[in-house]
Amino acid sequence: MSEVDLLIVGAGPAGMAAAVTARQNGLDVLVIDDQPAPGGQIWRSVETVAATKRGALLGEAYAAGQASAAAFRASGAVYEPGSQLWQIEPGFRAFVTRDRQARVIKARAVILATGAQERPAPFPGWTLPGVLTVGAAQILLKNAGEIPEKPVWIAGSGPLPLLYMTQLLKAGGRVAGYLDTTPKGRLMAALPHLPGALGAMGDLLKGLGWKAALKRAGVPVVKHVAEIEAVGTDKVEQLRYRTANGREAIVSAEVVLVHEGVVPSIHPPLALGCKVEWSDVQACYVPVLDSWGESSQDYVFVAGDGAGIAGAKAAELRGHIAALRAAVKLGRLGEGAADERAAPLRSSLGRELALRPFLDTLFAPRPQVFAPPDETIVCRCEEVSAQEIRDLVKLGRPGPNQVKAFTRAGMGPCQGRQCGYTITHILAQAENRPPGEVGFYRVRPPLKPVTLGELASLDQQEPVA
Amino acid sequence: MFRKLHEPLTEAITIYVDGAPVAAEPGESVAAVLLRQKEAWSRTTPVTQSRRAPYCLMGVCFDCLAKVDGVASVQTCLTMVAPGMRIERQQGKRSLSA
Amino acid sequence: MSPRDYDVTVIGGGLHGLSAALHLARAGRRVVVLEKSWVGRHASGATAAGVRTLGRDLAEVPVSLEAMEMWHRIGGIVDGDCGFHAHGQIRVAEFEEQMPALLQRAETMRKLGYQHEEIIDRAELQRLVPALSKHCFGALIVRTDGAADPHKTLAAFRRSCEAAGVTIIEGCGVEVIERRGANWLVRCSGERCFSAPVVVNAAGAWAGKLASLFGDEIELGYKASMMIATERLEPLLEPVVSVVGRALSFKQAGQGTLVIGGGLQGSADLDAQRSFVNFTELAKGARAATDLFPAVRDVRIARSWAGMEAKTRDLVPVVGPSPNAPGVFHAFGFSGHGFQLVPVVGAIICDLVVKGGTSRQISGFKPERLMASRQAA
Repeated sequence: MSEVDLLIVGAGPAGMAAAVTARQNGLDVLVIDDQPAPGGQIWRSVETVAATKRGALLGEAYAAGQASAAAFRASGAVYEPGSQLWQIEPGFRAFVTRDRQARVIKARAVILATGAQERPAPFPGWTLPGVLTVGAAQILLKNAGEIPEKPVWIAGSGPLPLLYMTQLLKAGGRVAGYLDTTPKGRLMAALPHLPGALGAMGDLLKGLGWKAALKRAGVPVVKHVAEIEAVGTDKVEQLRYRTANGREAIVSAEVVLVHEGVVPSIHPPLALGCKVEWSDVQACYVPVLDSWGESSQDYVFVAGDGAGIAGAKAAELRGHIAALRAAVKLGRLGEGAADERAAPLRSSLGRELALRPFLDTLFAPRPQVFAPPDETIVCRCEEVSAQEIRDLVKLGRPGPNQVKAFTRAGMGPCQGRQCGYTITHILAQAENRPPGEVGFYRVRPPLKPVTLGELASLDQQEPVA
Repeated sequence: MFRKLHEPLTEAITIYVDGAPVAAEPGESVAAVLLRQKEAWSRTTPVTQSRRAPYCLMGVCFDCLAKVDGVASVQTCLTMVAPGMRIERQQGKRSLSA
Repeated sequence: MSPRDYDVTVIGGGLHGLSAALHLARAGRRVVVLEKSWVGRHASGATAAGVRTLGRDLAEVPVSLEAMEMWHRIGGIVDGDCGFHAHGQIRVAEFEEQMPALLQRAETMRKLGYQHEEIIDRAELQRLVPALSKHCFGALIVRTDGAADPHKTLAAFRRSCEAAGVTIIEGCGVEVIERRGANWLVRCSGERCFSAPVVVNAAGAWAGKLASLFGDEIELGYKASMMIATERLEPLLEPVVSVVGRALSFKQAGQGTLVIGGGLQGSADLDAQRSFVNFTELAKGARAATDLFPAVRDVRIARSWAGMEAKTRDLVPVVGPSPNAPGVFHAFGFSGHGFQLVPVVGAIICDLVVKGGTSRQISGFKPERLMASRQAA
């Protein structure tokens, strides 16, 4: 069993930054990540792609990842890509599989920098081949230089669809149309938060620039789209949509990309018993953290978007801050020195976070995301429909764990990552109580589907047969 | 469904999808290769045998599962191509006899 | 708040509580079931749902056989088939030197007049479980044993209870017990209060604590047995297989998942109602599974969990009247193998409440055996 001072899970902006700071303070650091190269999702494949033609069309924010990855590589942290963390037990014992070999790593402190995932936004037909998330399409562009063959339909809200469309157009791809699902009146609701956001003016201007580019390119935009449906057998053939004022259309489509914002990856902190709280504005759970990013569990930190969605710059800052505190707790750094070094990081972080109330309000998901029609499959793994969940409500006031037991929703390999919030919201509506009170699935290990053979290999006894 | 921006580079490698040779580029994921195929799907579900294709590309949806070099239920979005790799689309419930 | 009146208050909304409530309601009693979380939250929802007479403690054999007979007609007892299938339970001896113990057990049973446990050889074992590793030598089998689906069973018992007029109240944890005339006043969270002359203690892992509120100090431990469920597979085996000398119970559920248990222990925090899986320990179970069924090495684990329940010193349950509190009946301490007994224990409790006694053999289940002598007055 290997033993380290600090285990960092995830090699995106937060994990890489944490590793750099932890190493500067003399900690013995191991970074594990399920991706094959550093960068996380935002800087996917940055080391090999940033300097190429493809890198140029991905933009400056992407290129910035190259320096971060280089600093991380030079930090002296041990880095093990392609590693799946499937359980952490208190103490800490991390169970990891890499190249089909399972092992146990002992660590004195843990920084979870596992980032975010796109918010599951079920609609009829979302399981058909040809429906992908916008994030997925962007990963295909970064990792494989791959774009939709035919003009693509994009439905969603938030900055990512805008960014992806500008990248796609630059790459020579075509957009059949953008179905903007941002509801009416969101800008007015968000405006009061604008003064606070002005500190991050650059990002706001960038967003306006993307919109202008789409307009110049003549991308058809349909505003206030409320409902979408992918139609087809075996793959998407058509896309049906309906706007808030009732305008309906059916268009032919081969690829439909969807995006309704991102939510923190909460399975790892939940597995460690870290306290989480419901965020109304982001409509998700976020870990309860102190000003250093330490969770309710001693020596467990959460940094990056996993601590609450705030983007790559905030993620790096949070990574540095968490690592400073880890160094203090492991006796390598004085409290005063840590405070001093955290101060400028914290004021930068404050500026990044100031933009969030504006963005979160502007891009708060449309209500239909949480109230899919009855025929919609909500659990992709076990193919459980919204109707089946609603039917169960007749049985007292079930919570997510009872729904799981009786319908198998959440029992598949994704461990509820794609249906957890939908179940919470459907129950909240049906039982007329706030989602935060309904709660979330209990996370049952393993976090990733390890094989019986890999687990068996951890048993120390001699072979019997 | 998807296409490459460029022709595979000179160091293109060959992998096999359900026995048929296809070109791939070092560093890209198996899921990316599957999405370029005429049959752009990865598996059928164990519950209703409906087709699924890579959806999230970041390891959280498990719809890109396929058999890779004889090992079933592998997340192809997290698996990078390697020369000679054999990919088989996974049909329904896993069968252990195969 | 004034108490609501019932004939019987059942504390614990697990399967044993529901079964007792069902039988009592059908005997005309007004029954309320108080459940601190929700129906089937702990052992009943976490069980592997083996329906096994094989290898039972001799004290349990008569009631277990009656329960088995009930399982074979379970659809007539409750509203639903409970997912029950009788594909047999098999206890495998991997090596020849493990056979004498099985042979001796079979001989003991035969002498007592029981015919259900039977020795089979390697060829028959292979015929029944082709996926089993070829090194296995022989086995003890009960062909009429089987397994059910815990959630279907919970749903069926719950539906039947409600149809029979049982009131089930979830999120209702007991806080105080008071004696009021001939009645027991049960005070719960949220200032809810229930009054009845009869109380059934079916509180699972928390039953010892509850018993002490009635003046019964019953020695009780707990178990946190771990389970593994895998991804769905094509049919691999039908019987439930366990192995001599290893912590393994191995079966395939109707939807194709393998359900692997065998009594490996995780840990639990009873006050917090939380249990924890210990993967270092669970690795032994995975090792046993892959040794016995080599084809499953690459099968993926979808989830694992630990279920909490009460364990007695002799691993035999407590079923019977309280020696200290009139009108109080205990049904707990099933020690990891109570699922199969569910239909019959409800009938026993009903006998005790309604008739004041039972013709069924329950002398081995007396609470007194686990109480210090001064208390067992």
